[in-house]
Amino acid sequence: MRHGYQGIPRWIYVLAAAGAVFVLLPLAAVVAKVNWPQFLPLVTSESSLTALGLSLRTAAASTALCIVLGVPLALVLARGQFRGQRLLRSFVLLPLVLPPVVGGIALLYTFGRQGLLGRSLELAGIQIAFSTTAVVLAQTFVALPFLVVSLEGALRSAGSRYEAVAATLGARPTTVLRRVTLPLVLPGLASGAVLSFARSLGEFGATLTFAGSLQGVTRTLPLEIYLQRETDADAAVALSLLLVAVAVAVVGLSYRGPGAAAARGSGAAPRTPRAGSAEPALEPVAR
Amino acid sequence: MKLPRRLTALIAAATVSIVLAACAGAPGSGAGAASGTGGSTSGAGEAKPTGTLTVFAAASLKATFTKLAAEFEAANPGTKVALSFAGSSDLVTQISQGAPADVIASADTKNMAKLADAGLLDGPARNFATNVLAIAVPPANPASIASFADLARPGVRVVVCAGQVPCGAAAAAVEKSTGVTLKPVSEESSVTDVLGKVTSGEADAGLVYVTDVKTAGDKVKGIPFAEAGQAVNTYPIATVGASKNKDLAAAFVALVTGAAGKKVLGDAGFGTK
Amino acid sequence: MSVRINAAIAARGFDVSVTLAPGETLAVLGPNGAGKSTLLSVMAGLLRPDTGSGEVDGRVLFQLGAGANTWTAPHRRGTALLAQEPLLFPHLSVLDNVAFGPRSAGVGKVASRETARRWLAEVDAAELASRRPGELSGGQAQRVAVARALAADPDVLLLDEPMAALDIHAAPLLRRLLKRVLAGRRAVIVTHDILDAYMLADRVIVLEEGRITEEGPVREVLRRPRSRFAAGLAGLNLVAGTVTAAGVRSAEGLEFAGQHDDPLVPGQAGVAAFPPSAVSVFLSEAHGSPRNSFRVRLTDLEPHGDQIRVRAGDLSADITPAASADLGLAPGLEAYFVVKAAAVSIYPA
Repeated sequence: MRHGYQGIPRWIYVLAAAGAVFVLLPLAAVVAKVNWPQFLPLVTSESSLTALGLSLRTAAASTALCIVLGVPLALVLARGQFRGQRLLRSFVLLPLVLPPVVGGIALLYTFGRQGLLGRSLELAGIQIAFSTTAVVLAQTFVALPFLVVSLEGALRSAGSRYEAVAATLGARPTTVLRRVTLPLVLPGLASGAVLSFARSLGEFGATLTFAGSLQGVTRTLPLEIYLQRETDADAAVALSLLLVAVAVAVVGLSYRGPGAAAARGSGAAPRTPRAGSAEPALEPVAR
Repeated sequence: MKLPRRLTALIAAATVSIVLAACAGAPGSGAGAASGTGGSTSGAGEAKPTGTLTVFAAASLKATFTKLAAEFEAANPGTKVALSFAGSSDLVTQISQGAPADVIASADTKNMAKLADAGLLDGPARNFATNVLAIAVPPANPASIASFADLARPGVRVVVCAGQVPCGAAAAAVEKSTGVTLKPVSEESSVTDVLGKVTSGEADAGLVYVTDVKTAGDKVKGIPFAEAGQAVNTYPIATVGASKNKDLAAAFVALVTGAAGKKVLGDAGFGTK
Repeated sequence: MSVRINAAIAARGFDVSVTLAPGETLAVLGPNGAGKSTLLSVMAGLLRPDTGSGEVDGRVLFQLGAGANTWTAPHRRGTALLAQEPLLFPHLSVLDNVAFGPRSAGVGKVASRETARRWLAEVDAAELASRRPGELSGGQAQRVAVARALAADPDVLLLDEPMAALDIHAAPLLRRLLKRVLAGRRAVIVTHDILDAYMLADRVIVLEEGRITEEGPVREVLRRPRSRFAAGLAGLNLVAGTVTAAGVRSAEGLEFAGQHDDPLVPGQAGVAAFPPSAVSVFLSEAHGSPRNSFRVRLTDLEPHGDQIRVRAGDLSADITPAASADLGLAPGLEAYFVVKAAAVSIYPA
């Protein structure tokens, strides 16, 4: 495997190296800038720990919300057949390309005091603005597309043949989902969840616009870094490094996990297309 | 092998030129400022200054400095003023990192002192304006705020600046001197964010500068309060030591600190005593 | 009739009616793209026809068109589908794969696994129970897939070219297994292979371009093909009989030696297959070959392309018109059919 033909021209490596340096150099610059003797006191200050704790808690909550809302969305987009499906997909993916500030403004006019839903919520005694809930909503808004995209891809590449077989064996749609579909796309779901978590962790613009910034309530780690930068550059740098470390840990962990799981999955289910099978009954059927 | 190598060089060259072009277009366009320099230094001492002047100014000076820059360009044909607005600490950081500014106007003396201490200024900074806090409320004033003490009433959603930024420091000073302790729902990192929360109606009140209330027009209602005098914010201006166009910079500083500057700043709500 | 399907799909030019008697296995033959798999998909509920109706033992599967709009979901049809590829759920053990049907029907875990063990034993795969699908060979996996389909206790078993993806060693084994489990079971098997139809099915339909062009008992269709497709298949000489040490002995006592992939177990049932083009015709037993030389009475001569097809009962030979004229062949004449052992394939049944 290792010694097989690669087909990559040598000069590509030069540009690839440039790309890698472009990403790694700024990170190295942050590391170089860290005031190491003060590092521990800086990152373990009360405000830092509060911000880190809040970030981890809200990112976890956002990820959970992304799973609850994103799995059905991905299923509908990957398996459903209805008018406006492409349009729906484009809109769901919109937060990927939208500046987070715009997301924050949109959320404000939805859940804010004067917003579309906010007014009714306010009457019901629910205040979202300036609350931790607002942070979770902002993070979910920007992170949801990551889960949907990655899960929809997994669903499409898994195909619906296993599901069709399960149905003919007498499994109700809910049983098929629980016992066949979800286990099959578990690696895709896991990596989608991790991406969502990482995106939530780094969320800044929408939170700033929509949720405000108060220690312990809405001031997540990125907001804390932004604020510390005003007065204490050392603290900002130290916290930046902390955020980078958490992100690297999360992403690194997951990319090993699902990667291995995916390899196991594909090994167990060889899906080699066969010549001469002109019309197998389990090919995805167009209406 | 030959073609790819040439291609690589081409791509590298293209990349570099794109980056350079992008840099040239960035705020405080350094390339433009440098090119204008020749004209002013080679001429006789009393020759009219020409060229591009890059001015870094605190975000709260946006309206006034835009106006003053236009006046300056009109009074000095052949000159162009490039303005860059940001938080004072951002501006200071950028200049420390070598950003090509000719003039710096900060919203507080503390940040200016950092530049002075680092020897990055040309001569001492001059204070040209003061600013005090005011309460901004939505036009309908839903929480019926009339005084600073009202902000501490339970159920009132107040937004202030965080203590790390000048407007937050001012708010803390007022709190301390009045003995009124605020329970803000949010501590923003800029005045703009505080104002945004008030104009959108999320907050019942926000502590901002009187000039911000003026700029916001009828989107917010300003409530001045006497205790604001306990925390007066002073705006200093100075020529940057690394400026290549110091004559022009000095002329601009003179305009801001002179009668024209006082008029424009005063109209905007600044104190110019 | 216990199973009655008729369905039309305009966009595919598909319009087919089939019936299935109790305990009957129906083979569906036809060229690629003829609509064989479409028929299975319609029966299984994976594809909705434009119009038509379907029922099993009086239970309505679908009733579409002319104001009717009844559609039974796949999981309520009792039509288990076995595809070319086993499609075992990769995340479940072999045992749990087979137990999937009973579990889905609401049977408890323990009882389901008990059923699964029984069916695994039925397909000679009991020892694979604890394996993962990824650890099985293609033939083993397909056997497990058969057990899984049967464990769901389907009213009708649908098989879509179950042997097509198997290598030549695994296919005969599965064919034997299917012959055993399909006996007396209601099933529809789509196949390319005339041998499958011959050995596994009671009745055959030939589909061409979405229509049934031929229908009847397998032997009947092979003997008197009316469709182009069946005619192409029917040329093959098939002799059923008993396996001997070297080949197959027919009921009439003719012995056919040939090639085989499986070890032959004398006494078993088997089939010898060979194309007419491999058969030579002689007037006397001139070459003294002890094997694969049969004395026959010619029944028929007919043009077949640029050759003459010489029939003698179920057997036929293709020879050139010149050779036919030289030999003076005519119906009623006695002659010898000689076929090289290398051209004969032996399939244990």
